[in-house]
Amino acid sequence: MDIPYTVHPRADTGLYNAKVGIWLFLASEVMLFGALFSSYILLRVGAPDGTWPHSVLNIPLGTLNTIVLISSSITVVLAWASLKLNNFARYRVIQSITLLCSLIFLVIKSFEYRDKFAHYQVVQKDGKYVDGHLTGSVYLDADKKTREEHGFRGLSFTEGPKGAQKKFTLESVTVNGFEAKSLAEINNPKVGVHHEHKDFKIAAAQIKKIGNYGPWHNTYMAIYFTLTGLHALHVIGGALVIGYIWGPGAAMWKTDPERYINRVEVSGLFWHFVDLVWIFLFPVLYLL
Amino acid sequence: MQPTAKEAHHGDAHAHAHHEELGFWRKYIFSTDHKIIGIQYGITSLAFLFFGFCLMMAMRWQLAKPGTPIPLIGGMLQSIFKDMASGGIMSADLYNMFGAMHGTIMVFLAVVPLGFAAFGNYVVPLMIGAPDMTFPRVNMASYWVFFLGCLVMFVSFFVPGGAAQGGWTSYSPLATLVPTDGQTYWLIGMVLLITSSLLGAVNFVATIIQLRAPGMTWMRLPWFVWVQFVTAFILLLAFPPLEAAGVMQLMDKVFHTSFFLPSGLVVSGTPVDVSGGGSPLLWQHLFWFLGHPEVYVLILPAMGIVCEIIAANTRKPIWGYKSLVYSALAVGFISFIVWAHHMYVTGMGTKISTFFQTTTMIISIPSVIILTCLFMSLWGGSIRFNTPMLFALAFLPMFGIGGLTGLPLGFNFSDIALHDSYYVIAHFHYVVAPGSIFGLLAGVYYWYPKATGRFMSETWGKVHFWLSLLFMNLIFQPMFAQGLAGMSRRMYDGGATYAGVLDPATGDVVGLTKQMIGLNTPITHAAIALGAVQLIFIINFFWSIRNGEKVKTDNPWNATTLEWQTPTPPPHGNFASEPTVYRGPYEYSVPGAATDFTPQNQPK
Ligand code: HEM
Ligand SMILES: [Cu+2]
Repeated sequence: MDIPYTVHPRADTGLYNAKVGIWLFLASEVMLFGALFSSYILLRVGAPDGTWPHSVLNIPLGTLNTIVLISSSITVVLAWASLKLNNFARYRVIQSITLLCSLIFLVIKSFEYRDKFAHYQVVQKDGKYVDGHLTGSVYLDADKKTREEHGFRGLSFTEGPKGAQKKFTLESVTVNGFEAKSLAEINNPKVGVHHEHKDFKIAAAQIKKIGNYGPWHNTYMAIYFTLTGLHALHVIGGALVIGYIWGPGAAMWKTDPERYINRVEVSGLFWHFVDLVWIFLFPVLYLL
Repeated sequence: MQPTAKEAHHGDAHAHAHHEELGFWRKYIFSTDHKIIGIQYGITSLAFLFFGFCLMMAMRWQLAKPGTPIPLIGGMLQSIFKDMASGGIMSADLYNMFGAMHGTIMVFLAVVPLGFAAFGNYVVPLMIGAPDMTFPRVNMASYWVFFLGCLVMFVSFFVPGGAAQGGWTSYSPLATLVPTDGQTYWLIGMVLLITSSLLGAVNFVATIIQLRAPGMTWMRLPWFVWVQFVTAFILLLAFPPLEAAGVMQLMDKVFHTSFFLPSGLVVSGTPVDVSGGGSPLLWQHLFWFLGHPEVYVLILPAMGIVCEIIAANTRKPIWGYKSLVYSALAVGFISFIVWAHHMYVTGMGTKISTFFQTTTMIISIPSVIILTCLFMSLWGGSIRFNTPMLFALAFLPMFGIGGLTGLPLGFNFSDIALHDSYYVIAHFHYVVAPGSIFGLLAGVYYWYPKATGRFMSETWGKVHFWLSLLFMNLIFQPMFAQGLAGMSRRMYDGGATYAGVLDPATGDVVGLTKQMIGLNTPITHAAIALGAVQLIFIINFFWSIRNGEKVKTDNPWNATTLEWQTPTPPPHGNFASEPTVYRGPYEYSVPGAATDFTPQNQPK
């Protein structure tokens, strides 16, 4: 006995097996991201006034990425429709645009990530903050303990500006950004005064704490990296599957075209889900 | 009973088997056959059941004889855990580690994979008349991801600092700050196990929806299939939030985020160097959002097994089949909105407590209906007291005790007193040990002849049963008393810290009385005896593969469901030709029928 309904739908459910499978899988994915969004809400609601940052992210880049993903959602449907119309060549072309879009999305995203890792916040001993991009730093010989006393966790205290690994202690850093009196002022720029951006040279002795905007910076950055990271993994996974079907897996079009179309359809459903998650992510993380 | 039809089956099966000769590796190791995968799950989870039990034996020794070296394995523990077991004596840290891992292993590596993945895989496709699962390769992947998860959990014992020590619930901040990498291994292991069970759950639901044989309508499904369906849905929808939580705790561990770490956290006098702002309660919510449905994952498959065995061994239809089906569905739905009854003492506020207390009471209704239907099914039956039936029968009162003692924990006013005491330990072990495990053992005895073509020894099976029943109760019954007397769980000295002292003013004993602490010793003796009794089972299990009494027909219990209408053991592809189903699952002793059972595929 062979497994039935692998290609043709079962009469009473009207679905072939893989379609049932993908819908179930997506249901569990909804719960996965649902839990993360709920966590976002809980953390945000629980954050004391002025500690939840706004406008940390680059809205134009985010918008661009949204457009890129939505376009890919359209092309993924058009590609499937082309196959349905028996036009394999057109499918090949259109689906390659989907793949290109996923690549563009990831590249843009990685630039955004990089930007966050270069974005520093310095808490000075006098209680003032300096927030901006690290443009230079001067190091001295010193031991690990001294470094740890600065409360630094993250990438580049021991790293030269160009990524050179130097196990030295800091003498001073130069940050291109602005100075603020309180966290609330940084987190809510709309409320505060407009800050002039300029270079600040801060002596190590003045620094109480320095760190970049990695996930460890605060719970907002934490959930930002977790959500977008997990989403990016889904983009990569989806693109790999779609790419496999598009490239090496395409031989099936000749041997078993119906099944091939099903595969394209199912991978397309997953792709729509990945887009949908982003449609929620974008306003939640960038705009609100 | 219909020799001609059977012979035809056999003949076809051979012809079928011949044209797909697979090598050893493809056939038994990287198999995509649901039956082999079921057996793989079964053996792995039985092994971990034993391992989890051994961890507990070491702990029980420490509770009965605090501060004395553990016999037999003390030296080994010392060589593995160094200071944590110096002189072979269990330290507090080691107790925490074993406790956390006992819970984790028993739940996620033993009972769930045994009830859901092993029995579900082996039996469900056969019962619905399907050739296999819908996605055989996904099924294989599910097992191997599970295996990897098991491996990670096991290896974590040997990393510096040892395995996880934050309880099976892994509450933050404790779990994040325990100074061992074992905690990280625990999280990675959990993410793998969750991924595996998601793959399994998708497969189960899709199989039951898509691959039912012609005529196998929803209301003709054996109840076992229904409970597996509900269980799969629970796993599908409740596990992802824990996966999300696991990823977040992993971020806390590895990338020093503060999802679950509050501001101003101070450990041993030093402020913890994290950004803070996180919420420990968030972890608890996400954990118990899975955690509570998980208890139904632990119990439903066992209930399903018990139902099948009761039907076959009372020779009469199950009482209230429809009530059972709707109750199982109701349990599945409601189990998603009761989770915070584990959090009454977190100060959620009375309104929220009241809500969860109400839903908790509501969910007890379908559970009681299920138990009632199973009890009522016995009425007027001509019961065959074979080993599977004995275990199934014992399941009923044992689960009953577990369930009823849960009610005081569901009300927040009484839970405040009982929370985190040995009463809780006794309550849920009644559900999962003499409850679930008896159900699962019943299933092993019941389906063993289908999988191997031989029975397990009845005599030794009965010895195994009566002694297990005795010792299970001797272990867990006294724990109710200890808990009511105020003994806290997760204490490595067996309560000595709170040993009673005489209040000079009143002359009363304040704290735990000698008798209560003294109960630890007989409990431990009973646990050792229970362990010894399981050796009977293990030997019986392996001995019978070659030496057990051979089955005379493909349907040795004269049962009605489809898994007995296949060759023994069923070949790859299960049925020689697609079976057609003409009737409900429990047509026993139908008036006027030729035999006292009418298989589902027998034409009208
Ligand atoms: C029949 C043999 C078993 C015995 C003798 C036993 C004994 C115990 C004892 C005494 C504790 C409490 C330890 C403490 O709080 O200090 C415990 C904890 C626990 N057991 Fe068992 N158990 C058995 C089987 C099981 C099974 C089958 C399961 C699950 C399916 C299970 C799940 C747990 C869990 C989740 C905990 C809590 C661990 C924690 O505190 O984090 N046990 N067990
Ligand atoms: Cu619960």
